[in-house]
Amino acid sequence: MKSLDELRQIREQYKDILELRMHVAHKIEVKAQEAVEHKKRAVMVCGGTGCTSSGSRRVIERLKEEIKKQGLEEDVSVVMTGCFGLCALGPIMIVYPEGAFYSRVNEDEIPEIVEQHLLHGKVDTKYLYSETVKGNTVLPLQDTPFYKKQKRVALHNCGMINPEKIEEYIGTGGYEALGKVLTTMTPQDVIDTISASGLRGRGGAGFPTGKKWQFARANDADQKYVCCNADEGDPGAFMDRSILEGDPHEVLEAMAIAGYAIGASQGYIYVRAEYPIAVERLNIAIKQARQMGLLGKNIFDTGFDFDIELRLGAGAFVCGEETALMTSIEGHRGEPRPRPPFPALKGLFEKPTILNNVETWANIPQIIMKGPEWFASMGTEKSKGTKVFALGGKIHNIGLVEVPMGTTLREIVEEIGGGIPKGKKFKAAQTGGPSGGCIPAEHLDVPIDYENLTAIGSMMGSGGLIVMDEDTCMVDIAKFFLNFTVDESCGKCSPCRLGTKRLLEMLDKITSGDATMADLDKLEELCYYIKDNALCALGQTAPNPVLSTLRYFRDEYIAHIVDKKCPAGVCKDLLVYKIDPDKCKGCTLCARTCPNDAIIGKVKEPHAIDPNKCVKCGACMEKCRFGAIYKE
Amino acid sequence: MPNKKTTVAFSGTKEQEEALRKVISEKKDEKGALMPILQQAQDIYGYLPKEVMKIISDETRIPMEKIYGVATFYAQFTLNPKGKYRISVCLGTACYVKGSGDIYNKLMEKLGIVGGECTPDGKFSLDACRCVGACGLAPVMMVNDEVYGRLTVDDIDDILAKYE
Repeated sequence: MKSLDELRQIREQYKDILELRMHVAHKIEVKAQEAVEHKKRAVMVCGGTGCTSSGSRRVIERLKEEIKKQGLEEDVSVVMTGCFGLCALGPIMIVYPEGAFYSRVNEDEIPEIVEQHLLHGKVDTKYLYSETVKGNTVLPLQDTPFYKKQKRVALHNCGMINPEKIEEYIGTGGYEALGKVLTTMTPQDVIDTISASGLRGRGGAGFPTGKKWQFARANDADQKYVCCNADEGDPGAFMDRSILEGDPHEVLEAMAIAGYAIGASQGYIYVRAEYPIAVERLNIAIKQARQMGLLGKNIFDTGFDFDIELRLGAGAFVCGEETALMTSIEGHRGEPRPRPPFPALKGLFEKPTILNNVETWANIPQIIMKGPEWFASMGTEKSKGTKVFALGGKIHNIGLVEVPMGTTLREIVEEIGGGIPKGKKFKAAQTGGPSGGCIPAEHLDVPIDYENLTAIGSMMGSGGLIVMDEDTCMVDIAKFFLNFTVDESCGKCSPCRLGTKRLLEMLDKITSGDATMADLDKLEELCYYIKDNALCALGQTAPNPVLSTLRYFRDEYIAHIVDKKCPAGVCKDLLVYKIDPDKCKGCTLCARTCPNDAIIGKVKEPHAIDPNKCVKCGACMEKCRFGAIYKE
Repeated sequence: MPNKKTTVAFSGTKEQEEALRKVISEKKDEKGALMPILQQAQDIYGYLPKEVMKIISDETRIPMEKIYGVATFYAQFTLNPKGKYRISVCLGTACYVKGSGDIYNKLMEKLGIVGGECTPDGKFSLDACRCVGACGLAPVMMVNDEVYGRLTVDDIDDILAKYE
């Protein structure tokens, strides 16, 4: 790539193709079953991990077959995209220009959809996402509860473009920011712009991005590095993966911009090997960018060199910590290093290095193009812009959501998320993964930003947001996270290696009914000790799940310890299975099912469970046809 | 009986060794090459037996104990061969709150092995894994590359039967 003009020529060529997908721009009113002719149509099918797992590849194949059969190849294009967000309804398919949103598409429905919609122009509401159908009208996606309050910045291209085609990214204005930076801005201008935007690290800690770059720029060295943290290890978080799968070039472009700003010519992306689709798309993207001369030597004929290499993680949670990640790229056990020296001075291979998270990178090109004021106009006083959350757990609309900072948890859970299934009650939302905490119902109206989440005992984290209902035991959840940390502790420092193990043992004691109130005090004391003494963020934050559940759900801990009961009915050791004699018909099915002969009783007479023999497997409860067996 | 420390005799082929040596010679001068080499070695052999680590050590001049240290640090590397059908159950938070723990227990009971082990006939191996990212389908398990979602404990028999 020699010049911006060359880039703009490609953009011009793809203008029509991309405009077809800008549903908002068309303002078409779509009526169901009414034939409307459109010369060109684009069918976008999600090729993210969620939809691929539910069969979107087969949908694409079938689509292509049927389109060929109907002779529509000239007019209808099938595009595999990144994530649309509503993963629970996958596979998802959107047909433009109407913007008709087909959910849970079954490949057997394809022939009918192709014939009715693509050939005859009739949108069949039967297969559409029900929230988009209102009487006879098909609503635009943006008007559904799931999308209405969202603002897509980091995800702006996800679902809009084919991530395996660099031209489509360029068509949306991609690589213009890099061109602008290289041809019209000084490195200091770039850093000032990022600082002025107020962008903070999206990996969890929220360090100001501009400041980080400034430190690395200030340190002289023969070589500096730009790294991307794509080692998204929080269980239940998939923001970064979706961005890499849906819009990989955004990250490459941003890294090159940072390279120019701090004076680095080499970048590394450290990505989880568990993300095969993201890895494949990154490889394709890097190859295409090199072929176009957007990575490599003398980019835009300005003498600026920058290249990116991919490094695969190998399943170690601690490698999401910046110093551990760098140690791992160097080819060692991924153990963290004490700071200072900070990576901006001595990072990868002992050279000045900046490390930013995928979502942070995805904001950079737009800040350069639209200006820092635009970015700073979104969000709260201290947290600017938007945040992507991976919404999961006991909630209707499982998926990926992006909202302006300052949105409340209630809006996310009740409006965007569609509430809790089966009429159950909200109990807590967990943010920040194993480093974060549980937020109870009383704090649902707190506007989400870095400071507020920390104040209520959780943290922003990378963006996993797991919703829990009344059937979730909070002690069990704390135990679940501690299990994770014990497994993932690298073992370098003893507060974490030994401390988390002891914490887990204490929690085990509580859930098995053997603990006393004195143990609760010890538990808390040890939590604070680990927090104050562990070497890296993984250890320092490991007690958070315990501390936050203790803070808001202390009564549940006490119920386990004093009453020897698990109020949510989860902790097996504290459960007692019983038979309601009024409901029991004496059919003997439970007694025959019991693996340990713990159920006694005669035919046609109420049965009873011998608590000393019962192994609490729940098999009898599953089998009982009269709902006579209950646990307490 | 399940046996965690199965020492399956090393049966690497000449082709595998050639492929490995090619990878090493391509990568060994790169900075921090050990991890990519180990990852590709595992792709070639399916696991990282001592014999393979020895070849890497000889070629790269990286001491055996360092290679062993790296190979045992990361969850992705395995020193034991895996089953013909690799089952992994997601125990990420989203799946866990939807009951994947029960699925995992049922599989251990059915297969008669614990997580990390392989059935004696070499057919199934079972692992718990971290989030595979298909949270919309929770709870989720994978058999090789096939994903099974929205599982209940009752689905397990049918799924295993497919591979019998």
